[in-house]
Amino acid sequence: MDPATLRQRAMEAAGAVVDPEMPVLTIADLGVLRDARVAPDGAVEVDITPTYSGCPAMALITAQVEAALRAAGLPSPRVRTVLHPAWTTDWMTDAGRDRLRAHGIAPPPPRASRRSWFGADEPVPCPRCGSAATEKLSEFGSTACKALWRCTACHEPFDHFKCL
Amino acid sequence: MTTITVTETPLLLHTLRLADSALVLAQRLSEWCGHAPMLEEDLALANIALDLLGQARALYGYAAEVEGAGRDEDAIAFLRDAPQFRNLLLVEQPNGDFAQTILRQFLFSAFMHPYWSAGAASRDGTLAAIAAKAEKEAAYHVRHSGEWVIRLGDGTDESHARILAALDELWPYTGEMFEVDAIDRVMIDAGIAPDPLFVRAAWDATVDRTLTEATLARPAAGWMQSGGRRGAHSEHLGHLLAPMQHLQRAYPGARW
Repeated sequence: MDPATLRQRAMEAAGAVVDPEMPVLTIADLGVLRDARVAPDGAVEVDITPTYSGCPAMALITAQVEAALRAAGLPSPRVRTVLHPAWTTDWMTDAGRDRLRAHGIAPPPPRASRRSWFGADEPVPCPRCGSAATEKLSEFGSTACKALWRCTACHEPFDHFKCL
Repeated sequence: MTTITVTETPLLLHTLRLADSALVLAQRLSEWCGHAPMLEEDLALANIALDLLGQARALYGYAAEVEGAGRDEDAIAFLRDAPQFRNLLLVEQPNGDFAQTILRQFLFSAFMHPYWSAGAASRDGTLAAIAAKAEKEAAYHVRHSGEWVIRLGDGTDESHARILAALDELWPYTGEMFEVDAIDRVMIDAGIAPDPLFVRAAWDATVDRTLTEATLARPAAGWMQSGGRRGAHSEHLGHLLAPMQHLQRAYPGARW
């Protein structure tokens, strides 16, 4: 196989790996999968990047990407963790945002880079009923990337994927 | 018992100072896990600890790479003794009550947020990448801890008294954040480290605004504690490292 085909196959196989903490998203949806290439020694190399510095899922994602690449017939794959450029929630695809919402998790607002950190929170629409009448219960939630919110219209609590 | 000594070039020492402060504070915050005053706060403190641990891991990984002695992040974190730790004295102070823990977090994060923000422009690509991510995490930390400082200060007589006591206790540890020694100067002049002098204005503004809203008076400038960044620590650090390092010292090379 030529390098371009190998790269595409690697991106497809690695991109299908799901996030262990949010299995409705693939690492391609999240923007955690960065790139792939054929290294000079012939091995296929895949780059992934952490969402949060302390994301505990990175070790498992690395192992699952290696397994997916082997299953796709790519010999001796290597997975590299890259830090630059730093991941932001803007890397998440629109399809990923829709899947999060359908799963009951409010997706992060777009344009993370332009957000002001110390003003009032932007409204987060309820992922269940769509109401904008929601309030933050806790800045920190069940995983490093989520905050806990509540809808005051339908009274359901929900997770919000934090803007980073 | 295995103990290692890392040869501290300026870049390595600079990286270790950042890494050690993040790790030691992460370990302190982890002591709250299961003990915080409410579930949401338990999650918050554990989450902040996890962010700091992640930052520490990235920094130790880079330190190991810079050292080039075949060691990994775990060796540097677990196999150095207390006098080789380069963290700020502030972060090794005991948790005390919740007010003291949250104020320690606030004073530290209000510094680290603008520090990482400036650090994202570092000429060292790895440190810049670590800073770019850490800045956003620190923003959450300073906002969360700052809201608590206001709530406790402008709360009941009891909560006010406690946060005031914490402020008196911890204020003398804030000066160390702004120290610049010869090594720092080398790193600043090389465009690798931000100059804490330029972080001072942002820290002052955040602290003053928050203390005012919390109905707390800013303590007068006075004598400041110093020493952690060159390895002269309070007696508390050894007691923190003992349980943290025990497993790797008792069973060298143990893996999960």
